[in-house]
Amino acid sequence: MASSASDQHIAPGVLPGGDAVSLHGSGSGRRGDRIFRAVALCAGLVVLAVLALIAASTTHEAWPAFRSQGLSFVTSSTWVPAEGRFGALAFIYGTVLSSVLALLLAVPVSLGIALYANEAAPSRIRRPIVYVMDLLAAIPSVVYGLWGIIVLAPFIGPHVYEPISSAVGDWPVIGWFLNGSSGRSFMTAGIILAIMITPIVTSLSREVIATVPSAQREAAYGMGATRWEMIRTAVLPWGRGGIVGAVMLGLGRAMGETIAVALVIGSQSGQITTHLFEAGDSMAAVIVNQFGEATGTHRAALIGLGVVLFLVTILVNVSARTIVGRFDRRAQGV
Amino acid sequence: MSELIERTATGELMLRDTTRRSRRVRNRLASIWMVGSLLIAVIPLALVIGYVLVKGIGQLTPDWFTKDLPAVTRKAGGGMGPAIMGTLLITLAAAAMAVPLGVLGAIYLHEYGGSGRVARLIRFMADVMTGVPSIVMGLFVYTVWTLSHGLSAFGGALALACLMLPIIIRTTEEMLRLVPDELRQASYALGNRKWRTVVSVVLPAAFGGITSGVMLAIARAAGETAPLVFTIGAARKLNLDIFDGPTTALSVQIFGNAQTPYEAAQARAWGAALTLVAIVFILTILARVISARVARRHNA
Amino acid sequence: MSQHSALESDGTAEGASSDEHISEVPQIDAAESEVVFDVRDLDVYYGSFLAVRDVNLQVRQHEITAFIGPSGCGKSTVLRCFDRMNDLIEGARVEGSVLYHGVDLYDERVDPVEVRKRIGMVFQKPNPFPKSIYDNIAFGPRLAGSRENLDDVVERALRQAALWDEVKDRLKKSAMGLSGGQQQRLCIARAIAVEPEVILMDEPCSALDPIATARIEDLMQELTSEYTIIIVTHNMQQAARVSDRTAFFTTEVNAESDTRTGCLVEYAPTNKIFSAPEDERTENYVTGRFG
Repeated sequence: MASSASDQHIAPGVLPGGDAVSLHGSGSGRRGDRIFRAVALCAGLVVLAVLALIAASTTHEAWPAFRSQGLSFVTSSTWVPAEGRFGALAFIYGTVLSSVLALLLAVPVSLGIALYANEAAPSRIRRPIVYVMDLLAAIPSVVYGLWGIIVLAPFIGPHVYEPISSAVGDWPVIGWFLNGSSGRSFMTAGIILAIMITPIVTSLSREVIATVPSAQREAAYGMGATRWEMIRTAVLPWGRGGIVGAVMLGLGRAMGETIAVALVIGSQSGQITTHLFEAGDSMAAVIVNQFGEATGTHRAALIGLGVVLFLVTILVNVSARTIVGRFDRRAQGV
Repeated sequence: MSELIERTATGELMLRDTTRRSRRVRNRLASIWMVGSLLIAVIPLALVIGYVLVKGIGQLTPDWFTKDLPAVTRKAGGGMGPAIMGTLLITLAAAAMAVPLGVLGAIYLHEYGGSGRVARLIRFMADVMTGVPSIVMGLFVYTVWTLSHGLSAFGGALALACLMLPIIIRTTEEMLRLVPDELRQASYALGNRKWRTVVSVVLPAAFGGITSGVMLAIARAAGETAPLVFTIGAARKLNLDIFDGPTTALSVQIFGNAQTPYEAAQARAWGAALTLVAIVFILTILARVISARVARRHNA
Repeated sequence: MSQHSALESDGTAEGASSDEHISEVPQIDAAESEVVFDVRDLDVYYGSFLAVRDVNLQVRQHEITAFIGPSGCGKSTVLRCFDRMNDLIEGARVEGSVLYHGVDLYDERVDPVEVRKRIGMVFQKPNPFPKSIYDNIAFGPRLAGSRENLDDVVERALRQAALWDEVKDRLKKSAMGLSGGQQQRLCIARAIAVEPEVILMDEPCSALDPIATARIEDLMQELTSEYTIIIVTHNMQQAARVSDRTAFFTTEVNAESDTRTGCLVEYAPTNKIFSAPEDERTENYVTGRFG
């Protein structure tokens, strides 16, 4: 009976005494396990390999531009490919500005929805809210961009920005920002981005808010707090870390968004202004708009923009996840 | 007691409202904020979907799905056949690469790696990878593939696969985690190898959830533009060879046509948008239906 | 291996005081069945924590051996040594030996998978696969590449588990639709289908109602004609009802580390354990004075 045991029909009863060999197995089974594990490990390692490749290849291709521009690549706002000058400051500014605008618009709305869904909504509305958010998230960014450039921009320029700008454009402080009348502008990009990141920030915030122990809520209600007071004293402090993390992830997403922004930000190279209603440019938009016809150092510079964008978004994402991770551990009582 | 109980207009006894006015006002304002937020979010959704529907529906003739793109952009006519095919081919090719790698990677993470250092590193990097802007993926594939192999559908598929991979790894790992450990123990107790247990017990048990996650990743990839712009080029006619020659896709068509001032081109953009949104919505809804059915079976 | 002659009636075997190794099993009658497991000086560690120490006992063929004792005394831990299921727990380590027909299961050349093909296990909470009843039973034989007709294998296993009549018309339906007691019998059938020699049962009835429990207890008695069964139970009466031999475990406090380590107190034929235990701790437990 000491045959290859893996397909042996083992009858009940006594094995030949001391038949140690059959218990050793045929070895092929163990090998199968080892092979499977190795294959699975390799698949997982592909992630590391790809990330490393991304960093290496893009930096390598962008190197000529970095070398010729030096630090002025990120400190100068003069971007004139014909003269071989590539200062990306305006684009970095545009990326940051449009993303910050997006956050300012999206966070209050997302937080409101998240709180509503978890605390105030009647239960039959909860599932539809999730569906609505899912649908919002599912719409491809290029469709938002299309709507933005054909519908929103032509409308909002003359009918919203223009009146506001004429009214308050001369005022101090406010006039620094609410100025300009271009439909395709930082503000429009911010609006479109806000629409796009709302689903993410909402669903992440919802998850965070859902982890608040009901004991905390009950403590607040038990003292006669109104619902808002309960939210303010029990939910928000508890979820603060996680919500910050969710917001930062939304920021990362906004900064990386290319197509919708490229369509509605106006593509005015090199313009750094606080006037929100004026056209500008973002790193991603510049890349996608200029890459087709770029050659040589110009192309390298565009890839260099990609590297900068890569670094910035990774930084934001990693910080966000660290914050969320710390929040998770605290929430679990670690 | 008289501070707490009072008589109403109809003579009944009722608890006196002792909450200060300002607190109630603030509560009311907060409620308005919360409900208002929801409405504010619904408005753009309705507007976008509405416009896409209204402006795009007129384009969807049978010709739309079969004819090639028109030679002259500013004129009407032609169809989106190549672009629709391109989107499907590229996305499916990307899935063919990303799904096996992603599922296997997730199997390593959950069944073998656990909380070891390698597994933690891979998990962290997969999270980082989900945050890489899609245009950077496009640039990456451009430098490592397109420069040496030319424009092709495959390049686009590579870029999309890079986008999908971390998503599939994370969602698959979640699904594997949901499979109760008792099932694995039962399989081991019957004398099964670990890999057999994974293949015959764990994967079938997690199948619905994994499928749902994969479909969502595919939906996301189908809508992407930036990774394709530099890697697949542009084509008017149908190109079924994914390794050779430029091709086009719905997302790229929308992007291109949206930037033109020509009405006919813009109309095509709306039609392509409607087609793309329909594809994405179908995939998303299917994914939700599958995951709902899986959840129901778990709770049964 | 020296043998003592047991004196059943008055309960004091010569030299069988409580601090002597209980590897010398008192012989009941001349035609004793063969030893399947011979456990010698078994210690089980989880990391640096000693969970169970100094276990010495022998399990005999075609008998039902019961492990009883208060919670935390290591009965399940010892049970899981018999099919190397402890291997699945990180940091689990074994010292001493578990001889299966003379082969040390923990010899480094031994493949745990081969062990588990011969020694099956049924768990506390029924854990059928989310597949059909048929596929659940056929799962093991299919994977082992059995050349027999699967339909026959499935029917035989279900009959032996006393489940056939209840499910024969719905073999293709999901196993999750069965009641708790039926699911547990399904798990027993599933284990039987690979034709092991030994079936380990880890508190198989604790999640079941009394009627289902009774059916499984009857089933166990029927199964001993073909299989050897070791059962862990926290229900003393169950042990008294079904088992031929009983091992009583308990915990001892380690003064320095303030932890508890399990140990085997007494191991004897069941009627002796319950009527005339030798160790005072055994007596206290079976008479309900503690635990």
